[in-house]
Amino acid sequence: MNHLTDLPAWAAIPVCILLLLGSVITLVGSMGLIRLKTFYGRLHAPTLGASAGTILICVASMITFAVLQNRWILHEILIIVFIILTTPVTLMLLGQSALYRDRIEGKNDVPGKTTGEQPDTSGMDI
Amino acid sequence: MRYWFPYPLLSLALLMLWLLINQSFSPGQIVLGSVLGIAFAWAMVNLQPDKTRLKNFGVLAVLAGHVAIDVVRSNIAVMAVILRAGKRPVNSGFVAIDISLRDENALALLACILTATPGTAWLEFDRQTGVLLIHVLDLENGAAWSDLIKRRYETPLKEIFE
Repeated sequence: MNHLTDLPAWAAIPVCILLLLGSVITLVGSMGLIRLKTFYGRLHAPTLGASAGTILICVASMITFAVLQNRWILHEILIIVFIILTTPVTLMLLGQSALYRDRIEGKNDVPGKTTGEQPDTSGMDI
Repeated sequence: MRYWFPYPLLSLALLMLWLLINQSFSPGQIVLGSVLGIAFAWAMVNLQPDKTRLKNFGVLAVLAGHVAIDVVRSNIAVMAVILRAGKRPVNSGFVAIDISLRDENALALLACILTATPGTAWLEFDRQTGVLLIHVLDLENGAAWSDLIKRRYETPLKEIFE
């Protein structure tokens, strides 16, 4: 296909391990979307792919192309930085809209607004 | 100087970004990157962001180390929760934390940290009461979580930003 076969074994092994780990973690995160049963639980699952998954796959890519082209390849770092900077925005928007809806409907034992008391943590079993 | 270069660090960071994306250190790219960096710094003036000064770089390094460890640990923990979700009910819940941080940039960094570590999701921060509401996937003790976040993240962030 291309020159990926030029990758020496000492580099191919860590790259494979990193890629596999990253993909497995992302896969487990996606499975979490099905297995966890509440919306708030599901908020946590994709962060697996957004943190560890992205970092491991990007590091694998960095090693591969650094070895193949014999120079430092750093622009994957930008991918990691931008994903870490932007995921909170999406998750906060989703979380806040869910919170807003649940408060109006009085569902899911959502702690009320403006009260600082320890919220009820029983009943949140998924 | 301040008039022409309102955010020197931001301009420098944008220049680095430009060079990284283009994978080249040729003079042409450096000039183009500098022009863009300075132009975007001017655009930033109109957004009027909060001015903050980083004070304690030692604490920042320690905090970065803690976050790296926590990301690894919480990834493993959340994977375990998901894989066992069929057999064992997941005990998740809300935790409200009184936070005395007010600096916007520090709060933004805290949001990034809490989101990057799976298992905690930032839901809402009330600026009036200073109550931060997070959702924790594997909750054993709400008070312990509140203590952990205050001690591990809030205290160093206060030292760095305020």
